[in-house]
Amino acid sequence: MKKIIKLFVLILVIFIIGIFFISLNNSTRYDTKGLVGQKIKKISLDYFSENKKFTEVDLKKNNYTLINFWASWCGPCRDEHIFLLKLSKEKNLKLLGVNFKDKKNNALKFLNDLGNPYDNLTKDELGKQSVNFGIYGIPESILIDKELVILKKFTGPISEKDFRNIKSIIKK
Amino acid sequence: MLSNIGNALLFSNILLGISIIYFSFENLRNKEQRVSKKIYRLSLLQSTLIIICFFNLIAAFITSDFSIISVYQNSHSLKPFFYKVSGTWGNHEGSLLLWVIILTIFSFLFLIYNKSHPKNYRVYTLIVQNILILGFLFFILFNSNPFGVILPTPSEGLGLNPILQDPALAIHPPLLYVGFVGSSIYFSAAIASLITDYSDKLFAQSIKNWVLISWSFQTLGILTGSIWAYYELGWGGFWFWDPVENASLLPWFAMTALVHSLIALEKRKFLYFWVIILCLLTFILSVTGTFLVRSGILNSVHTFANDPSRGAYILIFLSLMIFASVLLFFKKFKTSNYNLNANSKETFILINNWFMIFYLITVLLGTIYPIFTEVLTDNKVSVGPPYYNTVIIPVVIFFLFFMAVGPQTKWIKNKFSNLNLLIKILFGAILINFVIIYLSKSYSLISNFIIISSIFLILSSLNDLYKTIKQRKIDLSRIISHSGFGFLILFIGLNYNFSLEKDLNLKVGEARKFENYLLEFKNLQLKDFKNYKAVVGEFKIKNLKENLELTLNPEIRIYESPNTITYEASIRTGILKDYYLTMSNIDRSEYYNIKFQKKPFMLWIWISVIFISLGGFLRLFKNEKNY
Amino acid sequence: MKIKIIIFFIMLSLNFANAETKTIEQQKIFKNLRCLICQGQSVADSNSEFALTIKLVVRDQINEGKSEKEIYNFLIEKYGEWIVYKPSLNKTNFLLWFLPYLVFAVGGLIIFSLLKKREDT
Repeated sequence: MKKIIKLFVLILVIFIIGIFFISLNNSTRYDTKGLVGQKIKKISLDYFSENKKFTEVDLKKNNYTLINFWASWCGPCRDEHIFLLKLSKEKNLKLLGVNFKDKKNNALKFLNDLGNPYDNLTKDELGKQSVNFGIYGIPESILIDKELVILKKFTGPISEKDFRNIKSIIKK
Repeated sequence: MLSNIGNALLFSNILLGISIIYFSFENLRNKEQRVSKKIYRLSLLQSTLIIICFFNLIAAFITSDFSIISVYQNSHSLKPFFYKVSGTWGNHEGSLLLWVIILTIFSFLFLIYNKSHPKNYRVYTLIVQNILILGFLFFILFNSNPFGVILPTPSEGLGLNPILQDPALAIHPPLLYVGFVGSSIYFSAAIASLITDYSDKLFAQSIKNWVLISWSFQTLGILTGSIWAYYELGWGGFWFWDPVENASLLPWFAMTALVHSLIALEKRKFLYFWVIILCLLTFILSVTGTFLVRSGILNSVHTFANDPSRGAYILIFLSLMIFASVLLFFKKFKTSNYNLNANSKETFILINNWFMIFYLITVLLGTIYPIFTEVLTDNKVSVGPPYYNTVIIPVVIFFLFFMAVGPQTKWIKNKFSNLNLLIKILFGAILINFVIIYLSKSYSLISNFIIISSIFLILSSLNDLYKTIKQRKIDLSRIISHSGFGFLILFIGLNYNFSLEKDLNLKVGEARKFENYLLEFKNLQLKDFKNYKAVVGEFKIKNLKENLELTLNPEIRIYESPNTITYEASIRTGILKDYYLTMSNIDRSEYYNIKFQKKPFMLWIWISVIFISLGGFLRLFKNEKNY
Repeated sequence: MKIKIIIFFIMLSLNFANAETKTIEQQKIFKNLRCLICQGQSVADSNSEFALTIKLVVRDQINEGKSEKEIYNFLIEKYGEWIVYKPSLNKTNFLLWFLPYLVFAVGGLIIFSLLKKREDT
């Protein structure tokens, strides 16, 4: 009886300390990767310049869509813009831009200065629609397919690696 | 130069530590009757040098010597004097020096205050304690040295985070460290006691004052942390079950259990091995807490900057400590016949321990559970206030009843002649609860139970007080601590149920009415201060029921060094309630997000905790007087 | 004695007769949601952009008549379990909710057995 308790305590201690050691090497940045595999059901975004709504029906027209959340006041958004411009040349991929909590003039100036990669441009002035996409900071991007299944989620600016990753996915 | 002095002193202390251990073993071997004078002198020298080292660091902060890395990273020449001083220990490296000072001073003081106890026991305590000291000194010297040098010398420091510039936070680490770092001494004493088989009531007497000191200071340390959170962090709460807060609470549970168990151990040789477990557990929890807080594996608003190398070192140190204590304990454990006196104070002391372990396991589990799920299932889970409140609060109800009844039982069979009186007190508590509901408003079922049971504890403590005075046996310490705890739960319960919170967006000139308050956003001003600029809002709150009006001025402060923004709450503290207002700007809008809170009895919550620790100090004082 | 018991229960029930039942309170929901970009603050306590946005969304959903559970499920679906401070009762969290009470029960049994031992001797 006593031996069992002693063994149990020792194993428990080793287990706990082991977990602590492993967790020391894990990164602490949070990622909403649970979204991958989910299907987008209903969306309703205001077009940037027109008085229309962009819905999931419009999304289904594309083979692949990259939904990119950006704003003029966001520094890292400038870093990823060059990759967005490159991606806009891809035939199989359409870019949907969502201008997040921004002022119209500033957003237009941003696009004038850096170029407009978006096939469709919408806005989310209060940020409420972005919650439907699981967005919690910008820039963030979501890659979906024709069935509106989320293939990949990118938190932070799209890097060179992400760019090549997207290209390889949309080739299929 | 100060850096050289500091490093030299640290290095000297390492040498002293090693020589103390060496001479201690020698002293054990040569079977002398007494501890050799050499050891006393070395120990005294060790304490003296580490104190000088600490003052050396303080001097560096006061003179803003930016060639020293911790001064550069955490101070600024424009910092007010008081915060230059407290900035010394308000950072990772400096606080480790504080750790070592307490370890060292306690080591010396324990040695000289235990002269009536066996030599071997004292010497082994000294050896273990010095191993701990060396462990931390090596950590400082090789990983986290506050005396590191930067060349070329920067002209200005990076500044101290403004939310750390608060009087409560300044004294919070020293108080807390006397608490849980101080528990190292009875950790060492417990190991010494196991090695030397020093297990009777005298062992309890040897450590009891040290447990009281660490418990009382730990209580105050936790209090100052909460006060700081309330006044500085701007959310109006004082306890968030944040991992760092939990890290200070875990040793407190173990210490409380230990304080009570020592009472039993002193009377009979009853709970010896359990007391040993608690002694070992307290300091193990302290180091575990330090590990969790400084390694960066937990997400918290209180965390120091993260650095996995620190985490690795502390974890290795912790693992060695745990394995050594567990293996030694297993080797020395002997079952004995426990003759528990049923229906006696001993039963209630066990009950206290039972509840304390429950609280401990709950808080420990809640704190480390997310770490486990993330490693084992790659899924991040949050464990926050709703969990702790749901699990713990119902149990507290029963705990309060036991706290009231327990101290009144005798050591040997109790006759429960005072059952009638207890029922009367219960009636009284229910009546008072009803009056509270009648005068204000009703609350949830659980709150009813909490309020009744806390009033029950308070009334029985008052009854105890009356009996004590009548019998002229003045022992107020337990009554003060227990009633303090009763008051704490009562005021927390009332505060929780009668608080009002309103979160709304206003722009200048607007007003909003809610419940029986009218809130007006009068105007906004920009003000310039020595090291920050402030956007100050002027708000008028009208309490329409009581026809009172007051002005609150929350601020948004923009600091330069370091470049941060803080939100300063405007708090009007009153005898019965606090009014609490924070304001934050909404980007790209002329609206401001306003959070208004009415918080009853805040002052009494703080006072209750002071009462709890006061009991500990009174008992300590009484013990010293009798000694 | 009987009268005392009756009075006792009357008093007790008077206390509880008015005990409040839960209604949807936005503050309670805000307090249960984590601000994902903050270092350990709830949406209620945080002044960040994310917190403000979430507050708007939650307010909208409350006005639409969604229950507390529905709101949490929606946010968990989008952001993962980490966003909610109260861990849900499922297979993985089973241990978290029951271990403390298990420990409590075991502790109680130990004390009970110690008491019994005394009565036997």
